[in-house]
Amino acid sequence: MAFIDYYKILGVDKKASEAEIKKAYRKLARKHHPDLNPNDKEAEQKFKDINEANEVLSHPENRKKYDEYGKDWKHADQFEQAKQQQQSQRQYQQQEYGGFDGGNFGGGDYSDFFESMFGGGASRGQSRTAGFRGQDFNAELNLDLKDVYETQKRVLTVNGKNIRLTIPAGVENGQIIKIKGQGGDGRNGGPKGDLLIQFNIRNNTKFKLDRHNLYETVDLDLYTAILGGELTVETFDGKVKLTVKPETQNGTKVKLKGKGFPIYKKDGHFGDLFITFQLKTPTNLTSKEKELFNELSKLKTS
Amino acid sequence: MSNEHLIPIQTLCTQYKIERSFITSLNDHGLIDIVTVETSTCIHEDHIQNLEKMIRLHQDLHLNFEGIDTVFNLLDRIEALQSELQLVKSRLGIYEHGI
Repeated sequence: MAFIDYYKILGVDKKASEAEIKKAYRKLARKHHPDLNPNDKEAEQKFKDINEANEVLSHPENRKKYDEYGKDWKHADQFEQAKQQQQSQRQYQQQEYGGFDGGNFGGGDYSDFFESMFGGGASRGQSRTAGFRGQDFNAELNLDLKDVYETQKRVLTVNGKNIRLTIPAGVENGQIIKIKGQGGDGRNGGPKGDLLIQFNIRNNTKFKLDRHNLYETVDLDLYTAILGGELTVETFDGKVKLTVKPETQNGTKVKLKGKGFPIYKKDGHFGDLFITFQLKTPTNLTSKEKELFNELSKLKTS
Repeated sequence: MSNEHLIPIQTLCTQYKIERSFITSLNDHGLIDIVTVETSTCIHEDHIQNLEKMIRLHQDLHLNFEGIDTVFNLLDRIEALQSELQLVKSRLGIYEHGI
């Protein structure tokens, strides 16, 4: 367990007056308040840190105790003992959240250092607003791009409860879906929290995706490019035959309408697939081939 | 909006230990909608999350109603910018290494 320098956290001098501490705390609170820094874990932690520092330094009896023990912290064996006693209690409390981040920042989880000195249930000051409405649960779901090409049903286990979830086709990377009322229970008849699921979608296909449009580069051999012909290309859901026009240039783009990715919550609507031809010129030519290319070359220059 | 999702202001005042005048002022400033059902004034449960945020901003940071309104407007803008950023990042990935 590491010693925590509360003065440093608030950026005040060890001799700071109560007014100076209050001022420093309020200024930092305005900067790091989680409501002003949504989805910012770092700010959330900072806010906890400054609140803890304030809890200690703004109460004269806490500050006095901290100043006294703080000096010879390294020899303070009694803290280690106290820590061990309290640890079993705390571990029990933490299990409740399972794999999910409790979205609430108010419910004062203090550092080991704080709890060993002031106890888990020490003066927590004003109780937070949390409690009436249930907590929101945040979950992340990792899926492959292939998984979200079609609407599918999954069963998620959130805090021991099975939740049937329909994942609509075309859900986008980073998108958050809110499932109402599947968060924590409210207290005293308060409404339940929500379950927020963020989708992380990994694309390990050869297609590139931009919103609903897919992009693909397809090799085109020299002869088909020059003379034209048919080419079989892979789309996301199967192969299609393309007609290549004679004298097709390298880098030519072809749009296949409706062959892109499904559009979220618009059944039957798809983006487009853009194919870029990449010309492959022949290598390892035989002497016969070289001869013929030479002839072609002479034809062009003459 | 069915009535069962409406929460009486009286309950909210007790639960959050706030004055009724705080909620009516939020309503006066257009920050929250108070619904009247027969004789009781209520707030829809969908707005409770925002109400909690307003209470926190008021209690933790001593923001007044204008301050709370400003914060909410700026948070909306941040949210819009973040989703735009997410989109631009995905698009950038296409050119860098094909996400």
